[in-house]
Amino acid sequence: MLQFNKSLCENCYTYDCLTKCQYMEIDVETASEEIKRLINGEDSFVLHNCVTCYACEEYCKKGNHPFYLITDLQEKKGILPAPKPIVKQWINLAIPTKKDIPHFYGAEEPVISLCLFPEYVKTLQGKLFEGLSLVVGRYFFCQLVYLHFGKPSLIRERLPKIIENIANHGFKEVIFFHDECYSTFTSYANAYGIDVPFRPIHFFEYLYNRLKELKGEIRPLNVKIAYQRNCSTRLTPEKEHYLDKIFDLIGVERVERKYDRENALCCGGIIRALQKYDLFVDVQKRNVEDMIKAKAEYCVFNCPACYSSLSERVTKAGIKPIMLHELCKLALSKEG
Amino acid sequence: MKEEIYKALIEIVGEEFVSNKKEELYIYSRDSGLSDPSFPDFVVMPKTVEEVQKIVQLANREKIPVVPAGASLTLSGLTIPHKRGIVLDMRRMDRILELNRRGRYVVIEAGVTQGKLQSFLEKNCPDLCHSLPEAPPSATVVGNILIHGQGNLTQSYGFNSSMVTGLEVVLPTGQICRIGSCSLSPYWFSIEPLPYLAGLFLGWFGTTGIVTKLGLKLFPKKKLRDVELFVLEDPNLLVEAIYRITHTEMAEDVTTIAQPYPLMYRGTIMIGIYITGDTEEELEFKRRIIWESLSELIKAKEGGFMALMPEMKKGLLEKPMSGLTRTADILKGGGFVYCGAIIPVEKFPDALRKLVEIAEKNDTTYAHSGRVIGRGHCMMFAFAFPFNRNDSESIKKAKKALRESYAATLEIGGVPWKPGVEEQDMILEKMDRGTVELMGRIRGLLDPNGIMNPGNWEVRL
Repeated sequence: MLQFNKSLCENCYTYDCLTKCQYMEIDVETASEEIKRLINGEDSFVLHNCVTCYACEEYCKKGNHPFYLITDLQEKKGILPAPKPIVKQWINLAIPTKKDIPHFYGAEEPVISLCLFPEYVKTLQGKLFEGLSLVVGRYFFCQLVYLHFGKPSLIRERLPKIIENIANHGFKEVIFFHDECYSTFTSYANAYGIDVPFRPIHFFEYLYNRLKELKGEIRPLNVKIAYQRNCSTRLTPEKEHYLDKIFDLIGVERVERKYDRENALCCGGIIRALQKYDLFVDVQKRNVEDMIKAKAEYCVFNCPACYSSLSERVTKAGIKPIMLHELCKLALSKEG
Repeated sequence: MKEEIYKALIEIVGEEFVSNKKEELYIYSRDSGLSDPSFPDFVVMPKTVEEVQKIVQLANREKIPVVPAGASLTLSGLTIPHKRGIVLDMRRMDRILELNRRGRYVVIEAGVTQGKLQSFLEKNCPDLCHSLPEAPPSATVVGNILIHGQGNLTQSYGFNSSMVTGLEVVLPTGQICRIGSCSLSPYWFSIEPLPYLAGLFLGWFGTTGIVTKLGLKLFPKKKLRDVELFVLEDPNLLVEAIYRITHTEMAEDVTTIAQPYPLMYRGTIMIGIYITGDTEEELEFKRRIIWESLSELIKAKEGGFMALMPEMKKGLLEKPMSGLTRTADILKGGGFVYCGAIIPVEKFPDALRKLVEIAEKNDTTYAHSGRVIGRGHCMMFAFAFPFNRNDSESIKKAKKALRESYAATLEIGGVPWKPGVEEQDMILEKMDRGTVELMGRIRGLLDPNGIMNPGNWEVRL
């Protein structure tokens, strides 16, 4: 059950969750009406037009959960943000297929979970990742993606088993490569009262601490970067400060631009999956033009899905796409 | 007698290019499919049309079977010498004889491989291409055309065999003849407007003569190429979706995929829509028109475009797609067979239902891939079954499933593509009697001694 405080919304005057939305034009008056509908469980155009960027969770400074409320209502009312076959494929993606909990012999702490991104296993090499055990696969898949597809109950259905899988290894702490996993085991689990018997550590925190240990070996990169936030960072903005510290350590300049930090734009991937093609093109175009205007040389990603979605357009604009940890590795490489 | 034939063959092509050694004959006794093996007596690799002529004259005189072969990759045993004799491996005849850039055609010998032609064109005229099938680069171009193969331009221009501009053929009696404009002109630009004699050789699996040279249409190759995957659950809606996509005339290639593994794909059907353009703007224009054509299905939430990860996209855009065989080999047992059914697009739902039924009945799994032919005039629907080469039970299941797929193809009103000898019998059994008789007469007329690839298209009047 979502821990949602209706009175916080009833006493709100700004309705930031809706008025700040970058994909729906909503004025304060309309927002107040729609919020009332939402907190009373009624239908609203918001439920139909939401692009599921998660940002309203961050816009709400009262700590309520407007986005979780929206997704719960979408499901309750049978509103599918994406076509049925697309939703089906995503549901199929992480069907638990075996009863047994997988055993990863020799997996000892510190341990890092790569979620469902096995293709990144080979990238977590070198000094930056020395001594880490890796776990990867559907048994560790956080399931949060179903927030995009109007199926949040699947998260709650599958998450306890995932937590059990991790807990059964006896890990006290787990570093999460994918921001979405971290946000699941912190923000989402907390909002629904799901107990998490281990300490989730964000990849940023790990990178920062490890880079500090290797500080003497860092060669500042002296490049300008644009940072692309991913949707789930909206759920846990409290760890974002690590990013700037990481950028300072490796000597890169995070360019000031319109679509960064709280005002960040979605990578476009999920907008396309929701079949809003015109919006997808517009959002990516504005985002990349903003990077060009700010003279960014690199576009830094933290999420593999964002990388997949935006890297092609970024490359065509003459900006180099790179994952954050690869950028950190560059700063530690002899060539610099 | 065999020794005399062997010597005569050496006399024609030289000792280096004839063999009667068992270890070499072994290679020609089978293909990668599940047909029973049968050894030839000789394998010969001619270099010129004159050598082919002399071999055929010898074979005709001595009434020895002759089986022309390219890379023997049909998977349905079409180059297995069922009645022994000579396998004529055409792969030494691998010259690209002419490139007519302005006329957009190329003249090649029978042994030119897909890989060779593809790289030749990339090097010599990167703005032109031929219709490339999803076959290994070692497959021959002529072999693919003679079995009515399909390629990446098939949705735009029809079967690859409809792209022929001329033929040089050695008839079973040894006579060399040319078909099309090349029969009366130095130019190989067209089969038409003469009587359509090419039909005497295309689709006959080498039973009416040996094609030694072929003129082939080339088409504009755009600088950019991209792919979209449209996903559906309801197979009935695929028919409508393909109608709409092909109606836009914006797609170069339209393919279909349905398979239970990886698990993500289970219960869904994907349409691969390939678009090309010389500029990003052209590509985007085409993409938008295709999205628009499917907007009703999207609005109804019945279908949508899948987000493609870069690696997946890379695999889909590979020409030919090497990943296709890996995908079909679901059991990772090193083998798969398929019945390529040429069916009306509207029969897709029936074919898919049959495929799933057959797989379940035979306790195996399946992979479907397909390709739209022409602007939805028909399609190739592959009933594909994997098998483990080291497991006789698995092979048995795949064989049975394959056989049932051929029967299902005929039952739903389709025509099996490149059928093996047993399946050819199934086709002839169902075929109009007048047509069967005509086929028999043509074969009898062209090949009075029945030496050409016997066992195939055997008409028993």
